[in-house]
Amino acid sequence: MFKALQQLGSYMILMGRTFGRPERWRMFFKQYAKELEQLGVNSIGIVLLISFFIGAVICIQIKLNIQSAWMPRFTTGFVTREIMLLEFSSSIMCLILAGKVGSNIASELGTMRVTQQIDALEIMGVNSANFLIMPKIAALVSFIPVLVSISIFAGILGAYATAWFGGIINAEDLTYGLQYSFTEWFVWCGIIKSFFFAFIIASVSSFFGYTVEGGSIAVGKASTDAVVCSSILILFSDLFLTQLLTK
Amino acid sequence: MIELKSVCKSFEGRTVLEDISTVFENGKTNLIIGQSGSGKTVLMKSIVGLLTPEQGEILYDGRNFLNMNKKEKIALRREMGMIFQSAALFDSMTVLENVMFPLDMFSTDTYRDRLKRARFCLDRVNLGEAQQKYPGEISGGMQKRVAIARAIALQPQYLFCDEPNSGLDPKTSLVIDELIHSITTEYNMTTIINTHDMNSVLGIGDSILFIYEGRQEWQGTKEEIFTSSNRRLNDFIFASDLLKKVKDMEMTTREG
Repeated sequence: MFKALQQLGSYMILMGRTFGRPERWRMFFKQYAKELEQLGVNSIGIVLLISFFIGAVICIQIKLNIQSAWMPRFTTGFVTREIMLLEFSSSIMCLILAGKVGSNIASELGTMRVTQQIDALEIMGVNSANFLIMPKIAALVSFIPVLVSISIFAGILGAYATAWFGGIINAEDLTYGLQYSFTEWFVWCGIIKSFFFAFIIASVSSFFGYTVEGGSIAVGKASTDAVVCSSILILFSDLFLTQLLTK
Repeated sequence: MIELKSVCKSFEGRTVLEDISTVFENGKTNLIIGQSGSGKTVLMKSIVGLLTPEQGEILYDGRNFLNMNKKEKIALRREMGMIFQSAALFDSMTVLENVMFPLDMFSTDTYRDRLKRARFCLDRVNLGEAQQKYPGEISGGMQKRVAIARAIALQPQYLFCDEPNSGLDPKTSLVIDELIHSITTEYNMTTIINTHDMNSVLGIGDSILFIYEGRQEWQGTKEEIFTSSNRRLNDFIFASDLLKKVKDMEMTTREG
């Protein structure tokens, strides 16, 4: 308990150092563009792949296990859409990104710490937390709506694939279900939630990487801790945000 | 000039540095030597501000580093250059970008001038042709030379080198030593080198501080090492048969 509080304090101090006016805006935007590519653009592939197949699988599962003669034919499309919009494309996708992006951030910063690259920045008079962490947070938070939108799109495309190529469901019924009782707010719910999750992934992973002490084993442990801690925090905040946003 | 006055540092009740008082003059290569674990790195980290001593004063040309506020410390750090044991180059940047980094960050010069300065620094360390390579693509000796070029890019007044020769072959070590020494004289910098490389000690040690178990055991020049009667210093410096023979030959020459 004491250690957890101590870590929370260290995290707050680090965030205090992180959020400040950058030394040189030109350098900030250079780093921001680099992180945008590394954390955001490079994640599009995995988001597309997973969302497409999960969208297809949800559609098949609902059709085979839930839908019956007593239910309207649009149920499958309707449930697939609600699952993708409300949970999968925001929360579950961010849990997956916590694994990919979180471990990337923690291991990169951890390696920079153990190879004294962060010390080199400090000696030069650079606020290393501001220079290294702020562009990562800014990049992931600003790119996450794009990833969520891509995930929703890919998931629905996956559902259509089951209709077009699998013949499991009629494409017209699916379209009707996808459009039935559509609430635009649910799209915003997903995007709003993802902003919080992106902040958690980038900041928590940066904290674990930045505060590494030791060698390669410590970097590996920091990477694992970053993913575990980010995932737990995403799940907790998902509970609160869902209650808050869908009331 | 950097002056230390009664610097003390401990970790969890264990004293690592005890009452260190000395002066590191500019235009000279000042060496800190001692066995592994004697407190050399802690002393250097305390001088550059990566660690905070519990007691004492660290004066940079009369300015007490420990009493400075955050802004003043950052301003002073821009007058410092440091070469780390591992070179600590940014591995996501090319050699040229590494040297450009401090200039991009702090210089108000135009891009053309910054590029010119970075290229000049790389030429100074004979690495003009490796500009577009990444640190992972060059040898350890070349990495150290890039670190030197990066450290001098902003023309610092104070240069710190933490074991610059570790992991290098004797010939490359000599090149690095010679480079640091000539740059120190050229820019009239205050250079502090942490080392336990005896070739460096006997080659470029204008002023040598010997630390033993966190205490200042001996201070002098490379010439005085041969005549010192300090048993701990002699045990440390002339530990190998080769160096014992060097000492005997030196003494014979002097007596002759």
